[in-house]
Amino acid sequence: MDLTIGLKYHEFREQIQKFIRENITDDIREAGRLATSVFAEPKRAMAWQKILYKQGWAAPHWPKQFGGTGWDVVERSIFAQECLKANAPPLIPMSLLMCGPCIIGYGTEEQKAEYLPKILSGQDFWCQGYSEPGAGSDLASLQTFAESDGDDYIVNGTKIWTTYAQYANKMFCLVRTSREGKPQQGITFLLLDMNTPGISVEPIIGLDQVHEQNTVFFDNVRIPKANRIGKENDGWSVAKYLLMFERGGQEYAPALHFQLAEVRNIAEQVDVAGTSVWQNPFFKRKYCELEIEISALEFTENRIKSALTNGQNPGPEASMTKIRGTEITQAITELALEAVGEFALPLQVDVIEPGSTCVSVVPEYAQTVMPKYLNARATSIYGGSNEVQRGIIAKMVLGL
Amino acid sequence: MDFSLSEEQRMLKDSAARFVKKECQFEQRREQMRSPLGYSDEQWAQMAELGWLCIPFNEEYGGLGGSLVDVMVLLEELGKGLMVEPWLSTVILSGRLIEMLGTEQQKQEVITAVCSGQMKLALAYSEVGVRQQLAAISMEATPRADGFVLNGEKTLVLSAQAADQLLVVARTSGKAGDEQGLSVFLIDPNAEGITLSGYATVDGYRAANITFDNVQVSGSAVVGGVETSLNDVGLNNAFDSLQVVMNEAILAVGAEAVGVMDLLYQTTLEYTKIRKQFGVPIGKFQVLQHRLVDVFMQCEQSRSVLLMAVLHYVESVKESNKSISGLKVQIGKSGRQVGQEAIQLHGGMGMTDELDVGYYFKRLTCIDALFGNVDFHLERYATLV
Ligand SMILES: Cc1cc2nc3c(=O)[nH]c(=O)nc-3n(C[C@H](O)[C@H](O)[C@H](O)COP(=O)(O)OP(=O)(O)OC[C@H]3O[C@@H](n4cnc5c(N)ncnc54)[C@H](O)[C@@H]3O)c2cc1C
Repeated sequence: MDLTIGLKYHEFREQIQKFIRENITDDIREAGRLATSVFAEPKRAMAWQKILYKQGWAAPHWPKQFGGTGWDVVERSIFAQECLKANAPPLIPMSLLMCGPCIIGYGTEEQKAEYLPKILSGQDFWCQGYSEPGAGSDLASLQTFAESDGDDYIVNGTKIWTTYAQYANKMFCLVRTSREGKPQQGITFLLLDMNTPGISVEPIIGLDQVHEQNTVFFDNVRIPKANRIGKENDGWSVAKYLLMFERGGQEYAPALHFQLAEVRNIAEQVDVAGTSVWQNPFFKRKYCELEIEISALEFTENRIKSALTNGQNPGPEASMTKIRGTEITQAITELALEAVGEFALPLQVDVIEPGSTCVSVVPEYAQTVMPKYLNARATSIYGGSNEVQRGIIAKMVLGL
Repeated sequence: MDFSLSEEQRMLKDSAARFVKKECQFEQRREQMRSPLGYSDEQWAQMAELGWLCIPFNEEYGGLGGSLVDVMVLLEELGKGLMVEPWLSTVILSGRLIEMLGTEQQKQEVITAVCSGQMKLALAYSEVGVRQQLAAISMEATPRADGFVLNGEKTLVLSAQAADQLLVVARTSGKAGDEQGLSVFLIDPNAEGITLSGYATVDGYRAANITFDNVQVSGSAVVGGVETSLNDVGLNNAFDSLQVVMNEAILAVGAEAVGVMDLLYQTTLEYTKIRKQFGVPIGKFQVLQHRLVDVFMQCEQSRSVLLMAVLHYVESVKESNKSISGLKVQIGKSGRQVGQEAIQLHGGMGMTDELDVGYYFKRLTCIDALFGNVDFHLERYATLV
């Protein structure tokens, strides 16, 4: 048992701080400051990715031979913390966190050579085509069909909720190649070009009035079989591998600490009859409760990280960090809402667009409070809903 | 004890329900919310025709002499139709304030015009730093020989863009923190020195911040008249009347919230019966069943607290603060739970602008922020136990 962090990490932190300070631009920080979703404004997020790419830091969690940094888990989390502190926007996860690892794990050498460099550099922008109108939580029931035709597949069907398909030039997706046996057994993992004839994209506007998601229609879309990752009908294994990778690599606590500190900063500025919301003991109590919950999660994550360092696999317990991480995220956005009161009411979609010249009708600290609250409702739905995650823990951990 | 509706109340409920069904379809509402005006003038005229603008006012001024029970019956139904008309600001916040505070002549002129649908009003009371602590209002109205000069800024004035006249709360004496010294002015929004910066709110309403730069008003603009408002009794009236009006507004949005919650509960329940995953309707999953049961119980508990608060208010306007704060806390907490569960159980669909679910959720969220949120009313409640 040991809580100390070695001296080398202090030096590491300083080195990271220096790099960020010297390279991040005001425009990029603005995108981070105004981000109301895990999906930041793509232009500026990609600009930040390019800066990191030049330094070799675009994908710290990838194995070094494919362009990772070779940092250990502590270093990776220091890097994440410093990015947050500098208001750097989160990098778009679909390419770096999802597609890349799948290709690393299951792709052929040619596929790795073709796709990975363009993921790192940001030349390719990937979206994730898993969900369908009839297949959400029950992903294995997906129906988009890829029919074999010589060296190609002919794909027909509909994908839904595809985040940022409107910006993407590539999609990784799950399609059905067989209707025999268990539903999981007939699924194949495909990469495709969004410019292929027969693909059309329609926007879905969110309840926060922002366009993040889309419906993607496939009408006789011809995709070369060479674009398949893994074996035909073995896409479910690829998808499961991706999930494991995603969970192992994700840490909520640093961002949560940061978000909670932001709420404190807001509360200190909200004037109530001459004092601030922060001075209110009712409010402070709720703040403290959340800080304790985050600390608990932080050390749960530390325990998982420490197990990883010792070569163990995080396993289904990682569903716990997803549940707690998203629930606390949501609670933080609620606390902010309570802090700003009626300043949350004006609809300010245009004002919080990075680079916007629209004038805010509320104090700056209140601008993103409502959009964040609304958007955060999605965190307990996507990436496997929290009901589904609890089901996984009940079955895999508790053995029920 | 008798919680049944009278014959008239049942008719009011039915006609409001019919109106919502016929005139307030979701797509139509969404169109209106996106239009520059934010609501439909024809619908406002219909509301006047149906007598919904005169319910709480005295017969002398063209009103129906109804009680807050009638307001409750109406608002619960209108809530189900995502009301965006300037009803709350015209009838309750402003109309009732004039009825409580105004001179005979003001009541005759203004309330009669409100009842007939000819005049819409907005109440400008909040300011940065006020946060529903009415005594903290600091905007000044400085007396001059022939009237007053107003300077300052009001924030989040609900439905201000629609208003033919503004009611503005300002200080004629004392300082921020004093309950005494507040007066209410009836002002033409086009008067020189008034700048209105309007915006839409997240729940589809309109609101504005309004700045007053040396706005000159005559003595007759004081609601209740110069004489009363310049003596201490009159000044106290403004504060007390504002408190009463806020309580009535809470009862109104409380009823609206109960209607919204009921609708969300029904919609979500239906959805869990038709949405299939893993080969069964998701309503078959026990965890979702229990969550829906909780939603159902929140709806019922909210309705109960609403009835309690309305009946206490009707019984004694003065003694009802505690019940009304209790109501605001209950609908704030239940509204959040019911709204969030409605989204969660709809999955991705719940997050879109395409379903009405998100709109009801946003309305509940905004209702909590209006007229003091859960925290504010828990604290007020705590001072009363
Ligand atoms: C903002 C956002 C971004 C997204 N981005 C993408 C993307 O880029 N690519 C992509 O492919 N998908 C994306 N998704 C889709 C997401 O993965 C699905 O929304 C999710 O899997 C849930 O599916 P559903 O929406 O069909 O809800 P449903 O599966 O219909 O679920 C409805 C409700 O039923 C519950 N439920 C379902 N099954 C069970 C069960 N067995 N036990 C208990 N409760 C259950 C759910 O938890 C939920 O509360 C995104 C979704 C959102 C909201």
